[in-house]
Amino acid sequence: MAVTPIKFYQTGSFAVGGRLLGDDQRSVQSGRQRINSIDCGHRACQGCGEALGARYALDAAMRATGNRMVAVNATGCLEVFSTPYPETSWRIPWLHSLFGNAPAVATGVAAALKAKGRTDVRVVGQGGDGGTVDIGFACLSGMFERNDDVLYICYDNEAYMNTGVQRSGATPPAARTATTPAVGAEPGAVFGQGKNVPMIALAHEIPYVATATVADLRDLEAKVTRAMEFRGARYLHVLVPCPLGWGSASHDTIRIARLAKESGIFPVFEAEHGEIVATSKIRHRVPVEDYLRRQTRYAHLFGDPPRTDVIEKIQALADRNIRRFALLEEA
Amino acid sequence: MLRQIEGSRAVAEAVASCRPEVVCAYPISPQTHIVEGLAELVKSGTLAPCEFVNVESEFAAMSVAIGASAAGARAYTATASQGLLYMTEAVFNAAGLGLPIVMTVANRAIGAPINIWNDQSDSMALRDAGWIQLYAETNQEAADLHVQAFRIAEELSTPVMVCMDGFVLTHAWEPVDVPGQDAVDAFLPPYEPRQVLDPAEPSSIGAMVGPEAFTEVRYLGHARLMEALDVVPDVADRFAEAFGRNSGGLTRSYRTEDADTIVVALGSVLGTLKDTVDALRDDGLRVGVLGLTCFRPFPADAVRAAIGHARRVVVLERAFEPGVGGIVTQNVVAAAPAAEIHAVIAGLGGRAITKKSLSRVLREADRLPPLTFLDLDRSLIDRELGRLAAGRRSGPTAENLLRDLGAVASRIG
Repeated sequence: MAVTPIKFYQTGSFAVGGRLLGDDQRSVQSGRQRINSIDCGHRACQGCGEALGARYALDAAMRATGNRMVAVNATGCLEVFSTPYPETSWRIPWLHSLFGNAPAVATGVAAALKAKGRTDVRVVGQGGDGGTVDIGFACLSGMFERNDDVLYICYDNEAYMNTGVQRSGATPPAARTATTPAVGAEPGAVFGQGKNVPMIALAHEIPYVATATVADLRDLEAKVTRAMEFRGARYLHVLVPCPLGWGSASHDTIRIARLAKESGIFPVFEAEHGEIVATSKIRHRVPVEDYLRRQTRYAHLFGDPPRTDVIEKIQALADRNIRRFALLEEA
Repeated sequence: MLRQIEGSRAVAEAVASCRPEVVCAYPISPQTHIVEGLAELVKSGTLAPCEFVNVESEFAAMSVAIGASAAGARAYTATASQGLLYMTEAVFNAAGLGLPIVMTVANRAIGAPINIWNDQSDSMALRDAGWIQLYAETNQEAADLHVQAFRIAEELSTPVMVCMDGFVLTHAWEPVDVPGQDAVDAFLPPYEPRQVLDPAEPSSIGAMVGPEAFTEVRYLGHARLMEALDVVPDVADRFAEAFGRNSGGLTRSYRTEDADTIVVALGSVLGTLKDTVDALRDDGLRVGVLGLTCFRPFPADAVRAAIGHARRVVVLERAFEPGVGGIVTQNVVAAAPAAEIHAVIAGLGGRAITKKSLSRVLREADRLPPLTFLDLDRSLIDRELGRLAAGRRSGPTAENLLRDLGAVASRIG
């Protein structure tokens, strides 16, 4: 594949950076030889976390594979905004089949490559939380239990954004969506429901499981690079804020992703063969309120009177994560 | 060389001789013996290189086949009944993406009530999926049609479903000449994908298409299917040249030249029908049979040419469309609108289609209503209708019928 000059993007003070560093120390995004897996000109919303996440992850995977990679995509925002016929933003071989089958299609690609003896070409499957956590979950679990040689990346924006912000199995409690409206005594999504797919992936004891956010580019790139060092099933769960669905400012995408991590509500960790091997420690701990206040999907918690009881329950979830994953540096 | 062999095993060996590179399947009766055979052939190294993928559902089976085919591998799967319906979304998708996947459907009824025996409700329900559909009359044909199916699929870049009656064919042991490896290698060129996922030449497959081009995409899919009306008989001729057996093609006529009544049917019932016709001919009735090997695309011209001279046509079907009637019948009516056509629904859920019943129906062909259910137990239905009329909580229909028949060991309800 021809390497053409790329544009650089500024994505926040902690994100790209490093352009003054030597080539060996640069992030993939600031590297001069970076492949633009997903090209500019696509139709994602301003500030789309998924567009960022997909580019960060796939560019890193391209570097790790020497540009020999096939991507399989579930139906969803990423597929829709990147391939309005007859245009495509993909500069890599890319296949979309259905909403619920991306892991199985990726398995098929991997099986074909194996049968043909093509060990040099690697497979990445990707989809949003709806395609991963809900409708595609059986296929994902099947791919895990067979240990198929696929890296599957879930871009989690915590609801069905492509169809107009409805609740998914990844929607957090108290969040307002079109199907969990902000009305009634317990407004928003229900507490105690939903799936923690990174932990479920962990339980499959596949070679590699990790979570990441678009706020920490180096971490995300390192995890993709690490994932490509393994053969077999690998899972990466990336938190990608959605300005449209979360009701946040377009320029706040990275900040909100960082607040999710720094509040402990989204634990960032890495696991190999069923054991957690590393966690990203919280650097500047913030109360969940700082994270919630920037999103209108939680606006009903800050009305008159404010629902401090609900905010406390969310804070308790974050505190539990902090204990469970040991997210604070030992004093 | 003829060998006494189970139909499923013959199909497994025929498929293996086509050198598929990815085989994936989920177990469902009566398909299981086919993929068990392939699993063994892959595991023993007889079929290599080939990846056998044990999947978690039929939906995944077709999805794996889609990925494998798009990556340039010859892909095969097999299913039946509920499994085919469970994979339906991906079945349509494979056709829309133009991927030449070959799939065996071991025909079986659709629940509820659950029933594992043969009829053709499953593949008939997917007649609009954009796949070529071929129906085998015998196990020899089933084996031969699979070899032809790969060639047809890859020539047209369109998936092909080979349908064989569950149990009646899949589990029947009879002499079959399974196509040999060298002959198949000479007959079937390696798979050359029309589109392929290749890092050396990246392309996007499966893009979103809006109203400006969707109709055209659909039209082209239709045009490719219509091309099959030439390709299917052409491949059958080439197969006959190479293997010395005439199996496949669009339709096959039996004693129709001077027939005033022609029975149209597909699948394994054709054998019983031919025997029935022979017996009726001995009694002086001029009856013939038109077998449909290819149901999708529907070979309207061939059907019209074959039945045009008959006074009446009886379409014998092992499936039906509730609220309408015969599925094949509607296609025959569209092909020959001037003909007098009767639909006879037979053999649902594995009920035997006997020569006796067929003879009775064909002897009364001139008095047949437009729609007949062969061997329908009217008294059983009347009793259940009475029960339904008597009270809102009349109980489960299927269980009531079984109780009326005395077919259950213990009392229900």
